[in-house]
Amino acid sequence: MPVQDLKGRPVWQRRSGSESLAHWVMWLIGVAIFAYCWQQISAATTWFFVWDAPRIADDIWSRATPPRWEYITQLGKPIWDTINIATLGTIIALILAVPVAFLAARNTTPSRFIIRPVALLIIVSTRSINSLIWALLLIAIIGPGVFAGVIAIAIRSIGFCAKLLYEAIEEINETQVEAITATGASRWQVMAYGIVPQILPAFAGIAVFRWDINIRESTVLGLVGAGGIGLQLSSSLNVLAWPQVSLILLVILAAVVISEWVSAKVRGAII
Amino acid sequence: MLRLEKLVKTYKTGDQALKAVDLDVPEGQVLALIGPSGAGKSTLIRCINRLVEPTSGKVYLGDVELTGLSSGALRRERRRMGMIFQEYALVERLTVMENVLSGRLGYVGFWRSFLRRFPQSDVDEAFRLLDRVGLVHMADKRADELSGGQRQRVGICRALIQNPALLLVDEPTASLDPKTSRQIMRLICELCKERGLAAIINIHDVALAQMFVQRVIGLRLGAVEFDGLPEELTPDVLTTIYGEEDWEATIEKVDDESEAAE
Amino acid sequence: MSELQTLVGKPWKKPPFVQRTWLRWALLIGFVVYLLAAFMTIEVNWARVYEGLERGKQFVLAFTSPDFTSRSGDIWEGMIESIIMTVASSVVGIAISIPIALGAARNIAPLPVYLICRSIIAVSRALQEIIVAILLVAIFGFGPLAGFLTLSFATIGFLSKLLAEDIESMDRVQAEAIRASGAKWTQWINYGVQPQVMPRLIGLSIYRLDINFRESAILGLVGAGGIGATLNTAFDRYEYDTAAAILLMIILIVMALEYLSGIIRERVQ
Repeated sequence: MPVQDLKGRPVWQRRSGSESLAHWVMWLIGVAIFAYCWQQISAATTWFFVWDAPRIADDIWSRATPPRWEYITQLGKPIWDTINIATLGTIIALILAVPVAFLAARNTTPSRFIIRPVALLIIVSTRSINSLIWALLLIAIIGPGVFAGVIAIAIRSIGFCAKLLYEAIEEINETQVEAITATGASRWQVMAYGIVPQILPAFAGIAVFRWDINIRESTVLGLVGAGGIGLQLSSSLNVLAWPQVSLILLVILAAVVISEWVSAKVRGAII
Repeated sequence: MLRLEKLVKTYKTGDQALKAVDLDVPEGQVLALIGPSGAGKSTLIRCINRLVEPTSGKVYLGDVELTGLSSGALRRERRRMGMIFQEYALVERLTVMENVLSGRLGYVGFWRSFLRRFPQSDVDEAFRLLDRVGLVHMADKRADELSGGQRQRVGICRALIQNPALLLVDEPTASLDPKTSRQIMRLICELCKERGLAAIINIHDVALAQMFVQRVIGLRLGAVEFDGLPEELTPDVLTTIYGEEDWEATIEKVDDESEAAE
Repeated sequence: MSELQTLVGKPWKKPPFVQRTWLRWALLIGFVVYLLAAFMTIEVNWARVYEGLERGKQFVLAFTSPDFTSRSGDIWEGMIESIIMTVASSVVGIAISIPIALGAARNIAPLPVYLICRSIIAVSRALQEIIVAILLVAIFGFGPLAGFLTLSFATIGFLSKLLAEDIESMDRVQAEAIRASGAKWTQWINYGVQPQVMPRLIGLSIYRLDINFRESAILGLVGAGGIGATLNTAFDRYEYDTAAAILLMIILIVMALEYLSGIIRERVQ
């Protein structure tokens, strides 16, 4: 208890002297790092443009409104592609994530020291790299198009789904598994009767949650050429067709809101 | 029918849960296993069907020695040992019927069980058992909708549908109220008598054990301390099993009786 | 016994998840039809894919011999810029999202404030980082400032929402006890609310730092600074070994951040 004796009277302090000093030094270092970062950013910025920004923003706004509503007729196929990228990507990711999750969970992995680290490596590496980067890579390998988008979304989602799923597997009730084992069930039967029913709600929740995120991500995949509505956004931006850009942004916004609503509804129904 | 020879279990932490336990259970005998927490009761039961691997010693079920079996042969032998658990251990998100039928998993192939296409004889037997314990109207309810006593009845059905020769019962009444506890114990003992099953019942409640079983084993620190008839359980014997300190907390009812005797 | 008699001898089926038969079939058929339609409309140029397999193999092999040296200058600069953007935007984003989170918690804020803060959160969450970055690049010009603003903006939506939810689910009794002592609003927040949400705030902040770093890696694709530009160039020139080097560095930094956040979260809880 940091109580200091000050001229015969005990004085309570939240931190003792050295603690307090360390606290302040930490804050000082933090502020210094932030100041350095800010200085670097500001050095790399053309401040003339920044001071001019309000005028430019106003200019863009006046060009972008009203949106070119009739352009929506050309957006049907891109929207369909976007939904397909998200949905098919999620399905493929789930199919691949299930075995990875079982290999990564401490209580189901066949080997803790060889297979589990490999599974964890798959999870970390697919999770750390954004779907846009996966799309870039796949376009370089298999060419532009919706297919590259589907695969990019699928790869990106494996790690995410597998991580949440293996955490769910590690939290299951072991006595239920024990009870099924005691009946003389084989390893696969124990999985089907003891483990799968317990993780099914988590699985459904993860699927819908990831689908929602994937709708968001697939709207922008087109920027690098991987299909979907992002392609239209990219080409409209290139020709500075701001009324089309604003319409596309509105469509994307609507898609995001609707998918979030759907996913919330479905998750509510499952749980 | 069941014979344990010098069964030893030492956990990785170095705790010796069982110290060379010898035990012989004849056909059709219902036996209660009493002892303080940590005496190795649960470990003993789990070593028999090898949910816990024994460190050394032998377990004979009939003529078959269990500790040396391969995993496939072990699964076949596990079918002959039904197990009933303390917290029921039903798979809560499956229906009552699926839980009962899961007792047949050792007999049907993977795809049949995966598609829930059990043989008609199994389904009929499941309905008969559910009717016997008074739950046939609950067959399509999900297990987590049932009360504690009902869940334990389903657990009993799951063990019996295996058509076992031996029941391993781990604290069947620990999570139940006193009345339900008696009903469940009576049900287990009745069913054992009907089907001529032997049973090993782990139980905390000494009075309840005395009421229903034919033989009592007292376990203390992993060793058999008492082996005899329920009537032979005197306060002195209980003191040797449970020790002086745990005395009142563990077996209140018997304590009352001993006071009355004095 | 009569109930048993009717049941014995009849096959048993698991009650289906969807009770109504027509709905079950409609859902199933609808799903299959959708899948077929989706597959039909995806144009896959298999010849191109087959051709690409060779390049895919090269890329995988590149991971065994990543090239950190030949473009070390670009990689170094891009990485530093990414990290700077991450740190600065996390600090600013967190600082702004704390008052917004307080405003967006219904048990603390009055209704008008609540509505304003919730709409800020909704806007921030609905807009994709990359789209915000495009707009900000158009307005502020190329460079890390646009990236910094984008990430700060995204941090606000993420952190405020989760923090507000945490505040809403806090223990009311503790907060009331502080208020009962006659504390001012600021004192009440400091003594009644802050101690309860602090561990979560720290955990979320580190998690967001991690996300900001990952996002900063793609902002370069639209000219908002960071390692993304270097990576994009590497892919364009088919320099897979350089690309592999950059990706490895990203993965390593993310892993390090995750490890760090695990340690810190354990310490604050």
